[in-house]
Amino acid sequence: MGGPTLAQSRISTEPVLSAGDDLDVLVAFSREAYDAHRSEVRKGGVILYDSGGFQVDDDDNTLGLPIDELAKSTGNPRAANMVLLGAIAHLVNMPEEYLPDFVMKRFNRGRAGDVAVIKANIMALSLGREQARSRGFSIGELELPQKPEFEQIMVKGNDAISLGAVAAGLDTFIGYPISPATAILVFMERNLIGPGKFAYQASSELEAINAVLGAGYAGKKAMTATSGPGLSLMSEGLGMGWMMEIPVVVVDVQRGGPATGLPTKTEQSDLLAALNPAHGDARFPIIAPGTVEECFYATVKAINWAERYQGPVIVLSEQVFAERNQNIPKPDLDKLVIERRKVYSGERGYRRYEGADLSPMPLPGGPGSYVANASEHDPMGDTTHLAHRHVEMTERRFNKLKLLEDGTYEGEHQEEPIALMPWGASKGPAREAYNIMRERGQRVGWYYTMYLHPLPPKLLEELRQKELVLVPELNYQGQFASILRSQGVRAEAITQYNGLPFKVRDLVARVTERAKSPKGVMVRA
Amino acid sequence: MSKKNPEYDFKWCPGCGDFGVRRALEIALQRRSAETELPMENNVVVAGIGCSGNLVHLVEGPQPFGIHGIHGRTLPVAFGIKMARPELNVVVAAGDGDFLSIGGEHIAPQAKRNLDVTAIVMDNGVYGLTKGQGSPTTKMGTVTSTTPFGKLEEALNPLVLYLTLGVGFIASGFSGKPKDLADLIYQGMSYPGFAIVHVQSPCTTYNDTYEVLKGNPQKGILPVLWDVNANHDRTDRDAAYGLLRKGGVPIGVIYQREASEPLEERLKRVIQRIKLQDARQLVESFSI
Repeated sequence: MGGPTLAQSRISTEPVLSAGDDLDVLVAFSREAYDAHRSEVRKGGVILYDSGGFQVDDDDNTLGLPIDELAKSTGNPRAANMVLLGAIAHLVNMPEEYLPDFVMKRFNRGRAGDVAVIKANIMALSLGREQARSRGFSIGELELPQKPEFEQIMVKGNDAISLGAVAAGLDTFIGYPISPATAILVFMERNLIGPGKFAYQASSELEAINAVLGAGYAGKKAMTATSGPGLSLMSEGLGMGWMMEIPVVVVDVQRGGPATGLPTKTEQSDLLAALNPAHGDARFPIIAPGTVEECFYATVKAINWAERYQGPVIVLSEQVFAERNQNIPKPDLDKLVIERRKVYSGERGYRRYEGADLSPMPLPGGPGSYVANASEHDPMGDTTHLAHRHVEMTERRFNKLKLLEDGTYEGEHQEEPIALMPWGASKGPAREAYNIMRERGQRVGWYYTMYLHPLPPKLLEELRQKELVLVPELNYQGQFASILRSQGVRAEAITQYNGLPFKVRDLVARVTERAKSPKGVMVRA
Repeated sequence: MSKKNPEYDFKWCPGCGDFGVRRALEIALQRRSAETELPMENNVVVAGIGCSGNLVHLVEGPQPFGIHGIHGRTLPVAFGIKMARPELNVVVAAGDGDFLSIGGEHIAPQAKRNLDVTAIVMDNGVYGLTKGQGSPTTKMGTVTSTTPFGKLEEALNPLVLYLTLGVGFIASGFSGKPKDLADLIYQGMSYPGFAIVHVQSPCTTYNDTYEVLKGNPQKGILPVLWDVNANHDRTDRDAAYGLLRKGGVPIGVIYQREASEPLEERLKRVIQRIKLQDARQLVESFSI
């Protein structure tokens, strides 16, 4: 396992929507990295490479730096990254003092060697900067950032999910390590602790789902987080939660699948599995965030939904968010709406599953003891095989979904007969593509929601009026498009399944081409 | 609930050992309620799938809370309930198929965590609900519907397994003696840690072992069951292995670890020594 690793940064004075198509600067530490990525550098971009490690011909856009040698000359060989940062700072015309200020803050740790470390790092920054300057490299002026009027936090998608969960009052988290969801478990083990709180690494996803259902049954707000393979293992447990009417949240940070698949690559291919993870007649609520910021609010909403309709809710995140570190507006916890389930407080002899809709839930220790039953049951919770009971209970369970039709959505140029409607992380590149197309005067509308099931009813109504709804999604089958079609929308997928996010230019080209003759809907057989 | 609910149509066969286990559980729960002065609703019975699991619907008198879940996952559900609400008394009721076959992977983690729940394993050596297939405790060579030419696997010795996995309280009981069994279950519930009460609970339809267990002097059949001697040192693990090596099925408390700190107490000690952060502080820690 393994292979080359890469880190990518995108800086803008405007909100960053996607990873971007092209590279302004490529830093290659190996020949392999240089060969693999040089074609992604835009015209006028610059390649920095480690000339101590390999040789290519320097030219107008290629600059070799003897990184280790320069670092050693500062007296601290570990300052190699600072040599590069200095060179990049020059390329983007960053004010000289920014990085030295950062170094002084970062390494002022009250340790004996701090002064020497700071000195070497600042020297390394200058050396890198000087190399780029003396050779005349630049990629132009980067606008100076304006500090926004609101406060910000810097979080990864997995952090945002974790913070959303604790902000919504999560009590219990039980999970099993799996890429790319592990960071949520790690966060919870460290932070979801104290009276009434419990976080634990289970022995498997089978244990995790059943344990969080136990906690949900006992009255707690409970959650687990996993990826595709774990979701598969949790399927029977999710069915149990649906059947017993137990609030619980499952986060699926999607990766390439099926089976072990592509654990470190992104894909939007678990949608159908998340909608119907369990066998039998069940269809699970799904919230799929489309930005790092939405990861926070999706999780808050998922916990609220679980409490409100008393059942499992799935948050569908993606590998591409898991480790994406982004500055987002700091959530105002005072403005969050936090919901709690309706709890039964009457006498003994309660019929917990009575009626065609939601009923208050008894909690152990309190009145109204009942059997939460994974078998079909009567209103008391006892097993039954009577046909009319299965009819009643099935309808009751589906009826409760109506409580979740409060999802919001984005709509722009709703008068257009053709609309672009991405879901999840394809929102970013799709939005950039949409902006480009509108600027060019192309007639296309925009829809987006993170509430994939149930869909906001009014959104569905609007979509049904469209001549064509184009759905960019990272899977072979066009999963969301097929769901929309099943609900009477003329939807067609724009698919990609190479483990990578969409490039904006590809979307622009494919949407433009498809919109030329929008009659009819193409379906992959 | 059976008497109160005519709609519930499940029935154990006449003579089924599970009747005795149910009676024993009722006695133990009522005794606990009386002694702790906590209502019956303070108890949660987590049942598995199989004939045994129906026990949760059949308890008479004041009703505990119950779970009748999916096959093999009683311990994970109990784990979640107990750690969410440590003040609850959580009891698992599962059969040999549910607990030792499909659910076997969940025993070791609870033993190592010392989860404070009591598991009652109702062992009839067969899958009864699905009409007579071999189970982990079915003897080698036995003919069942899935072992038509005799079972090719050796029978598992559950008591040796529990002891080896480090279960803190291990008792062995017999459904034919519900009062004695109730006492073992009560001891298990009083033990601060993971307790298993393994019960011989024969299936009269598919694997009737009453005669084998109790013996039949007229036919010259010696009983398999024998009472653990009063002077057995239950805190001595080697002595416990010694009992199990004697053969047959000893009835009584096999092993009880002297010092037992359940998971929730370990967690309390951690909470005392670390600095806790609320949601606001956690969000703040990501400020830029």
